[in-house]
Amino acid sequence: MFSATSLNRKNDRNETAVRWLLGGMTGLLVLPVVVILSVLVYKGGPVISFEFLFTTPTKGMTAGGIFPALLGTVLLVICALLASVPFGIAAAIYLSEYAPDNWLTRVINLAIINLAGVPSIVHALFGLGAFVVFFRFGTSILAASLTLAIMTLPVVIVATRESLQSVPHAFREACWNMGATRWQTIRRIILPNAVTGILTGVILEVCRTAGETAPILFTGAAFFLPLLPQSVFDQTMALSLHLFVVSTQVPNMPEGVPYGVALVLIAMVLIMNSLSIALRMYLRGRKKW
Amino acid sequence: MGGTSTRALAIATQKLNLWYGTFQALFDIDLNIGQGIITSMIGPSGCGKSTFLRSVNRINERLGYVRITGSVDVMGEDIYQQGVELVQVRKQVGMVFQRPNPLPISIRDNVLFSHRLHTSDKCSKARLDEIVEDALQQVLLWDVVKDKLQHKATSLSLEQQQKLCIARLLPVKPAVLLMDEPCSALDPKGTEAVEELIWELRGKYSILIVTHNMAQARRASDECVFMLMGKVIEHTDTGDMFVTPRNQETADYIEGRYG
Repeated sequence: MFSATSLNRKNDRNETAVRWLLGGMTGLLVLPVVVILSVLVYKGGPVISFEFLFTTPTKGMTAGGIFPALLGTVLLVICALLASVPFGIAAAIYLSEYAPDNWLTRVINLAIINLAGVPSIVHALFGLGAFVVFFRFGTSILAASLTLAIMTLPVVIVATRESLQSVPHAFREACWNMGATRWQTIRRIILPNAVTGILTGVILEVCRTAGETAPILFTGAAFFLPLLPQSVFDQTMALSLHLFVVSTQVPNMPEGVPYGVALVLIAMVLIMNSLSIALRMYLRGRKKW
Repeated sequence: MGGTSTRALAIATQKLNLWYGTFQALFDIDLNIGQGIITSMIGPSGCGKSTFLRSVNRINERLGYVRITGSVDVMGEDIYQQGVELVQVRKQVGMVFQRPNPLPISIRDNVLFSHRLHTSDKCSKARLDEIVEDALQQVLLWDVVKDKLQHKATSLSLEQQQKLCIARLLPVKPAVLLMDEPCSALDPKGTEAVEELIWELRGKYSILIVTHNMAQARRASDECVFMLMGKVIEHTDTGDMFVTPRNQETADYIEGRYG
């Protein structure tokens, strides 16, 4: 009565085949990551030293370190965050908690989605026109980081809005019925419970900002600038552009240097990513409903 | 269809009509709910019980497409008048929901939440402790939670959560408590405990409770309102309604012959 029929056996075979197929494709996805990382570590690892990280490049960038680029990337990321995070969070709170469901809100949402889809080189041209030329910031950290900020704004807005929306509606009902205003509800209940998602969004933004090359190309990144920037109106080197430069633009470059630069860049991003994962796990552990 | 009560009124509506967009949910409701007693509302789903409840603390308006005519007096004042502060309405008229919805903060902070919303000056910790104990005592929860006031409210059992949801309304001394099927998410034991508690609060607050549970209406209320299709069919002493309903529709519903 309970022995397998031929149909059962056929379904079992399909089941096994599908499981292996799906698993195999997932495994193939991991492969590039592993290969990239191991090549970088193998070829770039030996280059990395205290000197490499913390001195300026010398001999036409073929020797010395990458400190100006490293510092430049950090500065660009910080400035871009300072500009985009307050605006992004404010917009997300408005869209999630205040905006009525009408055509205007839908247009705004559409605009945000489209902003996310604009190629980065177009953002670069916009930044050049708006910040460098029109606002007369010149090619500078300020212009470059504002360009980066605008490009990554949708990431912050969408992440924040999603995490606000994931706070159960019952909490809002409870607060409103006790006479809380919208802002009281947001500040006391919704934001504390959405903070994980918002932080994740911000960290994702950091990762993207750090790696972008095109938007800063015309707006503030320098090819070679051994001096450290003194203010936000100075140009700066950046890791991403530096990687392009040392890989393709400089003759007689020691083989390890581009790999070293790439390793530093990817390590920065990976560290930020794991920080976000750790933060998420920590905060999720405290949250329960 | 007036009430049988001759005592002071907690809620009095006159010709209350309510539309959701073009759909009319309430028709000419004239209802007088007495002070200090428990009034239950029964009727099939969609008959307007919850809608009525939600127009007594004006939370319906958040939906935006709700239109109302007529008047609702709470403790003798029309709450739909010009110049009425919604925050004060919500303070005076507390609402308990079907599904317990404690906020994801500590038990203590839950109890103090509305107190903090409605009090501008800082209270001493001793005063706050007193408020918390008093509210939790009133809902018969103090002995259970007094040693874990800092725990998350969401870690309590459903029954305890529902009691907490009642407790957090009390520190601001509301006149009216509205309860929208407060026991329907609870098991029989929890239901009994919460009913017991509601009976305990009788006299101190005017309570209007919507229920699908006929036995509960019968056990735990002084007066009973039967609604059907957005109209009040009968409003009378609970005992009378269940023994000698004046109306055929009421009788059918009570005996389970409805629909």
